[in-house]
Amino acid sequence: MAKKAKSQAANTKSSRPQNEVWIYAEQSGGKLSEVGLELLGKGRELAHKLSAPLGAVLIGDGIMELANDIIAHGADVVYVVDDPIVKDYTTRPYALSCISLVNEFKPQIFIIGASVIGRDLAPRVASSLRVGLTADCTKLRIDDYTDPRTEKIYKNLLMQIRPAFGGNIIATIVNPHTRPQMATVREGVMTMPKRNPSHRGEIIPFHVKFPSSELKVKLVERAVREKKVNLKAAQIIVSGGAGVGSKENFALIEELAHALGGVVGASRAAVDAGFIDHDHQVGQTGTTVRPKLYIACGISGAIQHQAGMAESAKIIAINTDSEAPIFKVAHYGIVGDLNVVIPRLIKAYRAGGTSTAAKILANEIKCVTTSGVEVNG
Amino acid sequence: MPYHYVVLAKQVPDTKRVTGNAMKEDGTVNRAALPAIYNPEDLNALELAITLKETYGGRITVITMGPPAAAEILREAYYRGADRCILLTDRRLAASDTLATSFALSEAIRKLGHSDIVLCGRQAIDGDTAQVGPQTAEKLGIDQISYVEAVTDLSKSSFTARRNIGNGFEIVEGPLPVLLTVTASANEPRYASAKRLMKYKKARTQFEVVKAIKDRNPAATDESVKLEAKTIIDELACRGLVIEEWNVDTIGGKAERFGLAGSPTQVVNIESVVLVGREYKQVKEHEGALSELVEELKKEYIIG
Repeated sequence: MAKKAKSQAANTKSSRPQNEVWIYAEQSGGKLSEVGLELLGKGRELAHKLSAPLGAVLIGDGIMELANDIIAHGADVVYVVDDPIVKDYTTRPYALSCISLVNEFKPQIFIIGASVIGRDLAPRVASSLRVGLTADCTKLRIDDYTDPRTEKIYKNLLMQIRPAFGGNIIATIVNPHTRPQMATVREGVMTMPKRNPSHRGEIIPFHVKFPSSELKVKLVERAVREKKVNLKAAQIIVSGGAGVGSKENFALIEELAHALGGVVGASRAAVDAGFIDHDHQVGQTGTTVRPKLYIACGISGAIQHQAGMAESAKIIAINTDSEAPIFKVAHYGIVGDLNVVIPRLIKAYRAGGTSTAAKILANEIKCVTTSGVEVNG
Repeated sequence: MPYHYVVLAKQVPDTKRVTGNAMKEDGTVNRAALPAIYNPEDLNALELAITLKETYGGRITVITMGPPAAAEILREAYYRGADRCILLTDRRLAASDTLATSFALSEAIRKLGHSDIVLCGRQAIDGDTAQVGPQTAEKLGIDQISYVEAVTDLSKSSFTARRNIGNGFEIVEGPLPVLLTVTASANEPRYASAKRLMKYKKARTQFEVVKAIKDRNPAATDESVKLEAKTIIDELACRGLVIEEWNVDTIGGKAERFGLAGSPTQVVNIESVVLVGREYKQVKEHEGALSELVEELKKEYIIG
């Protein structure tokens, strides 16, 4: 439950501590985006480590009620810019709102989801504030940093960890001198915190004066379609890659997904080949997923694909090539033709698991290390 | 006054072709092992500028910031349809992060005088930050439209553009000047025309002219190199084949905002991604083994 700040007298200088950790609570069409809620979980952890309050920035029109939901997900304070001018996202009024809030309350950290909105908003804000910004982080933590040039030690900096170079390197980046320390965070990589309706926080309405020079771009039309699949929410994902071979053959992937009560994913190669819509793409340029079970069929497992699925609880890889990199992240590996293996898997599942024959054959399941040395399992 | 399209470009290592020797032993990137290419979405931005020029008229200036070798992508820009190319190159710009890069680029754009539309790729494939476009727009004090797929209307005072927002699109309109970041879905960049290629393959920067003279005659004195270079450059200039070289002094601006000094971010460390093989259970492809696997997953409540 939230208590509204009693006074909102024209944004008088705040008595709030100027060391808050902030996240951007993205909303679109009056609905909170998942990525904003995901950030609240990580934000809570960072704030705890720094013994600082967790703040959230909410911008929109008629969205005050969403603040309660943000508090229930862990925010100690929600700064709300509620104005018809910012009904729809356009860059400059949203950026001006963030810039005004930062200048007023001076948070030490400000993280924003790396969504289409966040990737448009964050650089505009960081450039105006002349602060450092790290894009598309997959990990964030607090640590000390010694500047190798000056040997000066900086306590409790935000370590901003991100893949670069097509996923081939992981870079850790800091902003020692500028505040707030800003970063965008990839969607789907942080775990969404559980809703806790008894968590308490404060709502601070904030008024922004928008000069007409900031309001020249107009949204004429927005056409949004529902995604064909909700990969992020799926517990079981069956993904197909180039090895599936054709659009028609993707029916096999769908069949297995359907049988297991899961959804269909795909590698970039399968999407680029036109086998399936981009909505299904898992990986660096698609969706990041962490289901209970991920079955990779005919996917070689490029680094960019692994970046989007390696955190899955259990991974089964089916591939004809025993050297395919996908086996390096798999828990179970089946070297074989997916056209043969998938129908058998479906049959085995429908048959209800282990047959007597299977028990006898259980001995044949072997543990194999990636170096190819067989050990008895 | 005809439209002036300013197109930003970056030369990048081809990260899609990373092979075994792309990483050095110490875990850093071996740039020498990767081919340097014109950043793919910057080509989409150039293509959009060329189609705008075809429809509405105007001229195209391409700017890249990078080492002397980045002149290569400017020749490519000429082959495809650029009218003027500028290489912004200076050791003082080395180690720029996105903030310092956008500052340098915005100063270079200002130096060009009037521009109507600044176009660049949504992001570069080496850093994937998608920050330089919006930051450059902010520095110029103009509007930015990111994720642009098409410019559907253009007049002397306004534009209409379509954005690809992943799960749909947006139509936005606003005044000029504006900066657009262009996505791969915008178009299919054209190839170089044979005629332009024949003409512009001779285009050179000052640096390249001087280097060629020195390579040909290592004993040449600085004075004679300078003299010969001037003659060649003058001759190239007459035929419109000079790739202009700009540096920090050309564009002006405070030194502390360029390069390392102007970059608030610092890299703590870089690790190459080592695929740590985990031990996995190999399952034979016959029915019995697959049934066993299904049973095991059921036992762990992974499948129902």
